[in-house]
Amino acid sequence: MNLTLKIWRQNDSSTKGRMVDYKVSDISEHMSFLEMMDVLNEQLIGKGEEPVAFDHDCREGICGMCSMYINGEAHGPDRGITTCQLHMRTFKDGDTITIEPFRAAAFPVIKDLVVDRSAFDRIQQSGGYISVNTSGNTQDANTTPISKHAADTAMDAATCIGCGACVATCKNSSAMLFVGAKVSQYALLPQGQVEAADRVKNMVAQMDLEGFGNCTNTGACEVECPKGISLENIARMNRELMKANL
Amino acid sequence: MALDSKVPKGPIKDKWTNYINHIDLVNPANKRNIDIIVVGTGLAGGSASATLAELGYNVKAFAYQDSPRRAHSIAAQGGINAAKNYQGDGDSVYRLFYDTVKGGDYRSREANVYRLAEVSANIIDQCVAQGVPFARDYGGLLDNRSFGGVLVSRTFYAKGQTGQQLLLGAYSAMNRQIARGKIEMFNRHEMLDVVKVDGKARGIIARNLVTGEIERHSAHAVVIATGGYGNVFFLSTNAMGSNATAAWKIHKKGAYFANPCYTQIHPTCIPRSGDYQSKLTLMSESLRNDGRIWVPKNLEDVKAIREGRKKPTDLAPEERDYYLERRYPAFGNLVPRDVASRAAKERCDAGYGVNQTGEAVYLDFASAIDRYGKEQAKIQGIDKPSKAKIYELGQAIVEAKYGNLFQMYEKIVDENPYETPMMIYPAVHYTMGGIWVDYNLQTTVPGLYCIGEANFSDHGANRLGASALMQGLADGYFVLPYTIGDYLSNEIRTGKIATDTKEFDEAEKDVTDRIDFFINNKGTKSVDYFHKKLGNIMWNKAGMSRNEKDLKDAMAEIKALREEFWKEVSVPGSANEMNTELAKAGRVADFLELGELFAKDALERNESCGGHFREESVELDGEQKGEAKRNDKDYAYVSAWEYKGEPADAVLHKEALEFNDIELKQRSYK
Amino acid sequence: MIGFFKSSIGRKVAMAASAFFLIIFLLQHFAINILSVFSPDMFNEVSHFMGVNPVVQFALQPVLIFAIIFHFVMGTILEIKNKKALGVAYVKNNGAANSSWMSRNMIWTGLMILAFLVLHLGIDFWIPEINTKYIVGDLSGLIDPNNAESGFRYYEELHHKFEHPLTVILYVVAFILLGMHLLHGFTSAFQSMGATVGRKKIMKQIGVIYSVAIPLGFVFIALYHHFNH
Repeated sequence: MNLTLKIWRQNDSSTKGRMVDYKVSDISEHMSFLEMMDVLNEQLIGKGEEPVAFDHDCREGICGMCSMYINGEAHGPDRGITTCQLHMRTFKDGDTITIEPFRAAAFPVIKDLVVDRSAFDRIQQSGGYISVNTSGNTQDANTTPISKHAADTAMDAATCIGCGACVATCKNSSAMLFVGAKVSQYALLPQGQVEAADRVKNMVAQMDLEGFGNCTNTGACEVECPKGISLENIARMNRELMKANL
Repeated sequence: MALDSKVPKGPIKDKWTNYINHIDLVNPANKRNIDIIVVGTGLAGGSASATLAELGYNVKAFAYQDSPRRAHSIAAQGGINAAKNYQGDGDSVYRLFYDTVKGGDYRSREANVYRLAEVSANIIDQCVAQGVPFARDYGGLLDNRSFGGVLVSRTFYAKGQTGQQLLLGAYSAMNRQIARGKIEMFNRHEMLDVVKVDGKARGIIARNLVTGEIERHSAHAVVIATGGYGNVFFLSTNAMGSNATAAWKIHKKGAYFANPCYTQIHPTCIPRSGDYQSKLTLMSESLRNDGRIWVPKNLEDVKAIREGRKKPTDLAPEERDYYLERRYPAFGNLVPRDVASRAAKERCDAGYGVNQTGEAVYLDFASAIDRYGKEQAKIQGIDKPSKAKIYELGQAIVEAKYGNLFQMYEKIVDENPYETPMMIYPAVHYTMGGIWVDYNLQTTVPGLYCIGEANFSDHGANRLGASALMQGLADGYFVLPYTIGDYLSNEIRTGKIATDTKEFDEAEKDVTDRIDFFINNKGTKSVDYFHKKLGNIMWNKAGMSRNEKDLKDAMAEIKALREEFWKEVSVPGSANEMNTELAKAGRVADFLELGELFAKDALERNESCGGHFREESVELDGEQKGEAKRNDKDYAYVSAWEYKGEPADAVLHKEALEFNDIELKQRSYK
Repeated sequence: MIGFFKSSIGRKVAMAASAFFLIIFLLQHFAINILSVFSPDMFNEVSHFMGVNPVVQFALQPVLIFAIIFHFVMGTILEIKNKKALGVAYVKNNGAANSSWMSRNMIWTGLMILAFLVLHLGIDFWIPEINTKYIVGDLSGLIDPNNAESGFRYYEELHHKFEHPLTVILYVVAFILLGMHLLHGFTSAFQSMGATVGRKKIMKQIGVIYSVAIPLGFVFIALYHHFNH
């Protein structure tokens, strides 16, 4: 198929960007979206132009590196996937595809479609852990039974890949789904409960400090999340923060 | 230089305990004055960084990704082995050790593997304490599954995302130390050289991938944890950015490279669909617990399926060849990876491949759905369940176990694996070879350590499933923090290492010269052009099945390709900005050297062992006819290569492998 | 505690708390007004009680005023902050793909409801009422304060208000906007308070019923009085 691409080009964080039109032809419907981008980049290199910079790594939907806002949606129109898992069969011959970086004041553009998501790291550093040293003589893993339900629910929260689609898709650029998922994972496990109050306070404070917006419960994040992280995690974080303060 | 593995004396089960009881320690006050650089933040690098920082050292950690959490360990699906014997099925440290050595086809170092098995149980305890949500049973205790090549259930898992959860555990431990200021994290940085002062590793040269700035970082010891080199094949299950540059640079500075030809070709990957393919996707080996692998018995059926006249589900059981069950009745579909992969290649080479490219076999869940369905019907007390009901109940169980993998398959292939069998084909997945290290995980350069997949030590010629995660975390959490202390105890008087020395000047100049070359070389071909060509040579001539002629051809072709690369490569943009092509160019340049050494090593090892299959070395008769034939008399050694300029000129050093606690046997899964 | 209300989640909870109060207020407002359809006398009685009862007048009324102002001010502040958090806007954004129109436009439905409140309170009911009671000093509630036989004025005033079709149209439009605001706001408030029930089907259904029934009821009252002239 033949496609027209409208892509955000921006040299670096200090320069202004703009949308540029490109044409690609002979795209197979079995290609992944990023393989289509590879074709475009090969074409640009052939012409001596700079290829479009975009983040990607594992290309199997787990590292969370790929981003891209495709036709007005984070990770494109399909559900439950990252951009690297989006296949060209989702599009039709002759389509025009708009490709933009994830937008949020807390995610500044580094170049073209690459954004800086280090705010997520700093939120994790503020408390997204259980304070246990590596010693080799922690108690046996089966000493504390954990109900299957709690373990499974914690796992569901823990599957977050930190891609930032929740922030990108939120009209308020809120990071609450991301933070809620991490807070939930630990809040649901007995190991995490010792530090639960401080953890939620610190992580929410850091989230606010990074300049993410507030949640208005539109639910867009849950729909666009490639890992199907539930809004329930935001509700749990809200409860945890109230509990920590009352 | 003679290789000294520094394996402690004494009985194997006491070696590690005695060792840690007698090493020199660094007191806490002195640790504060010692810097350690860790390159790579996957399971090995991440866990090492966190633990070293907890101990009190100043750690500088480097990752080419935008966050430590994105290292490719995250993609490991199936699980992590540990000799916990929670299932009471006869597991023990010895059995895990035995299985790993046997699985590695007797080409790993006994003492290292035993230590790995010993600390395996601690890993699970540590990870649970960190909040890793492993799967549990209804009693609230940890659940296990079984994996290829073993007879017990010792694999702990977190759905199909075990690597992700373990990495996030290590990442959280890192975060705690980053917040305390004990780890300084350098994201989007790539190590481009190691700096040696007076023969010791004292720092690195790194490039900031955002600004292009070249930076000098000094330390008292340098740890390389940058993973494997599977991307030398271009197409592999590795991440796009996975590279061998750090490992290759230290090799050039004196670290020996061991067994480069030992590559694991994983049997259950999604087959490739076209030339544009950028990477291959692995489907967890755990699928082989319930999936049965087959191809049609008759070539007419193969043809009919390829032409779309027949569907796989049209074939009756007697028209199918469940070739693993046929050839290996004892292990069936759960034979080790190398065996399963070669068997698939054998069938496809014979013309039984079931897709257009002729490179695919079926992985079928119909029997599992049926079996689980009947089981569930019994549990739920359904009398005489209908076929549809059985299917419904069985499908629910299969979905609960493998739902995310099935969904992933459907997204990529656009076929529903509940209704039609999956198509799979082997793909490059893991490299057992790597930088040679001694028992302390130190390379042949003092102060330079190598851990995780990047080293060669634990998996011999073939790695068992769920052992990579185990090794990465064992090295990082429980081994390196001890062994590096022994070295650093001599560094307490060294003081801060200066970076304004001629050694740093020289290393930086080499790095900038090479970058300038790429930017100024106005060639005609993209970096990917060369990478794909290299991959083709590797896959066709040094892939699943190797012979002398092909390997010699491969060496010559890679050398020619390398020469063309240095003439014709084209890198747009400039050096002082984010330049993804420039980063790729440096990595491919190193792969073009490593690939040749790989072929040379494969050529030198004229035996079949594990993932390395030489057509010249097969059993000629008996029950094992046609199976790989190992040659313990001539090849029971580790090949450690010393860099001497051209890869073809590399010098071989042999570390003899002694097996005192395990009898060397023909690996039989029949 | 102060720290909590300075945090993003604290503000959300405060928004939700004020919303809960307004939801309950709206329910009782409706309950009283619907009386005007069935029994003018009972409507008058209850209105008079509410109008002169000191608890209602001096405790609940200030809280209500505060809740309305707070809900508006906080909503606006959060909207401005959220806009800032977005930075550069997308060239193409397909919000409809993942969220309801109502959820994305709370500020607009809210502001329009506020504009309506100016009409409703300022011109139609509340300011005139306060003026009568506390400026003029007429607490009798009678049509003619000098004539005890003239009867309560509340029903007459209400009935009269909906005589003009333009007023009725304005009220109907406002109630539709209110319904839309509630369609998202009701469950959103529960979610903000951390209630998992907000995610359960039954709670969603109650939300929808409330958000449709209450505004429709008000519309009915307005139309009833209009067509009974």
